[in-house]
Amino acid sequence: MSETTNKTPLISVKDLSVHFGLRGGGFGKKPVVRAVEAVNIDIAPGSFFGLVGESGSGKTTLGRALLRAVPITRGKLTYDDGEKQYNLAKIQKEQLKDYRSRAQLIFQDPYAALSPRMTVRDIIAEPLEVMKLTNSREETDERVREIADKCRLNLEHLRRFPHAFSGGQRQRISIARALVSRPKFVVADESVAALDVSIQADVLNLLKSIQQEMGLTFLFISHDLSVVAHICDYVAVMYLGRLVETAPTRQLFAAPKHPYTKALLSAIPSLDPDDRGKAQKLEGEIPSPTNPPPGCKFQTRCPFAIDICKKDEPELQVAAENHNVSCHRWKELME
Amino acid sequence: MSRLLDVENLTLQFDTDEGRITAVDDVSFSLEAGQVMGLVGESGSGKSVTAKALMKLNPPNAIYGEKTRITLHLDDGPIEIMDLKTTTDLKVIRGGAISMIFQEPMASFAPAITIGDQMTEQLQIHTDMSIKKATEVSIEMLDRVGISDASSRFKQFAFELSGGMRQRAMIAMALSTNPKLLIADEPTTALDVTIQAQVIDLMKDLVDDFGMGIIFITHDLGVIAQTADHVAVMYLGRLVEQGPVREVIRTPAHPYTKGLIAALPRMDDLDAPLEPIPGDIPSPLERPPGCVFNTRCPVAIDGICSTEVPSFYDVSNKHKTACHLVEREAHGK
Repeated sequence: MSETTNKTPLISVKDLSVHFGLRGGGFGKKPVVRAVEAVNIDIAPGSFFGLVGESGSGKTTLGRALLRAVPITRGKLTYDDGEKQYNLAKIQKEQLKDYRSRAQLIFQDPYAALSPRMTVRDIIAEPLEVMKLTNSREETDERVREIADKCRLNLEHLRRFPHAFSGGQRQRISIARALVSRPKFVVADESVAALDVSIQADVLNLLKSIQQEMGLTFLFISHDLSVVAHICDYVAVMYLGRLVETAPTRQLFAAPKHPYTKALLSAIPSLDPDDRGKAQKLEGEIPSPTNPPPGCKFQTRCPFAIDICKKDEPELQVAAENHNVSCHRWKELME
Repeated sequence: MSRLLDVENLTLQFDTDEGRITAVDDVSFSLEAGQVMGLVGESGSGKSVTAKALMKLNPPNAIYGEKTRITLHLDDGPIEIMDLKTTTDLKVIRGGAISMIFQEPMASFAPAITIGDQMTEQLQIHTDMSIKKATEVSIEMLDRVGISDASSRFKQFAFELSGGMRQRAMIAMALSTNPKLLIADEPTTALDVTIQAQVIDLMKDLVDDFGMGIIFITHDLGVIAQTADHVAVMYLGRLVEQGPVREVIRTPAHPYTKGLIAALPRMDDLDAPLEPIPGDIPSPLERPPGCVFNTRCPVAIDGICSTEVPSFYDVSNKHKTACHLVEREAHGK
């Protein structure tokens, strides 16, 4: 990778919003879900970018927006891998097809994502055939074997049907299918959440080694901070459609600045039985995205909320190099 | 503390189209009143099946082993659960002396009946309360588990509550009949971490208040470390290690428990490599002979682990494990 491409982000997101209109409501205004609101992020090429948040935070919607799998309501979204540039917010159908070979998704549930009626070979080959990326069956087979090998699947596996595989193996099949088109950008949405701990470590190690080998850029969406801490080099924390904090992983976990990030870290059940009762507890639950509170979206649960938090929405401010936080009081709270 | 539950030689098989599957194999453990026992294991380890066996909730194709004995010690004498045959007999334990909460509260509540009606219904079945008294008790219970505005929640349906609220309502319902034993099957797994922390806290409070015994089933060792007094680790239908939570988590004896802990992404050391346990959990149709873990065990001893089933060895007073290697090393061979 040259110096210049290193400086251009692969994915650049500016003020991106994704809203969904809900049906019904009868008279008056139809309710709108503000799933993602005014998000700014840059994803550097070759990075393992983590996106964390609880259910309803908008992390999946943001991931899908970057793949242009959901319509974008407002904002700018560009992709630039040095060979191709796409203006994703206004992309045309033909170009979108092209983009799909460069940006892929790995799903959460390896049981639901694979067709039970297709052999593993056909499952992995399907993207190549649909996108017409290969010219002959031989070429397709070659590509399938190559990626299957990287995902530690052998020729024998390719002839079988998915039901014969365990959760971990199925997830490796899903990964092979996502990577067979040689994408540059991969969104992994809760890709290890359905796996047992002993298998999860294996799949995480595989993702990391493939990323380095193929020079991929990952957007790793997860609710599990301990997994993100181990695999990602940069993390963005979302809450109710907003980014609340973004920082390099080490920095975020060593010195979190937003009260929500702190609470989230503290809520991870520690493996030390003597840590009981030490967790900093957060009251209440995440509000509905159809009816977000005014001001800071976290104010309803924040133990440090004051008047200004209830009125004005904080902007993402620079707290340190590459470390941004959207909180009115982060500076005071550090003291 | 008094003994609440004794499970001896619990063996449970299922007749399926593909043959007879052994889901639980010779499992024994006991529980004191007021104690929380964590039952840990991955998918297919038999932890849920074990818990359901305590209420005989397993489907009709379940075959219990002949030596299986489950004794629940109540104030007015012990109950042999294996001897309870009819649903009328089982009423003493189901929803009476034993309550259960499940992972997915939405699936456990009837969708078209209000929370309140479901709560009062079970109180009327299991106690001689009047409807008025049952309503009072239910609302009080909802309030106790931290549901704000309990009297209006009482009239709502399950879908109107958030995930965390539903799980709280589930707990309220399970505790309203004042059970002696609460079985919690992955009660926090479907919840977000911040909500999980709230529910764990609530459950700890409730043990202190009500003094019942809890069997807490989970795959998450962190949750166990924060809730349980005692841990039992299961793998492929067998108990491989059990003991006090501190000992088992800090100085695990069985290679499987060690492997599970090493596979966890640790927050205190971000540089530590993630070490998966090699291989996959074998299918219950192909249970390995000898020690069930021998096919994935990094320290399996040739000629022994794949042929002989290890028996329990006392690592310390209350901490025991079923592993040939641990026993050998202790004997200095």
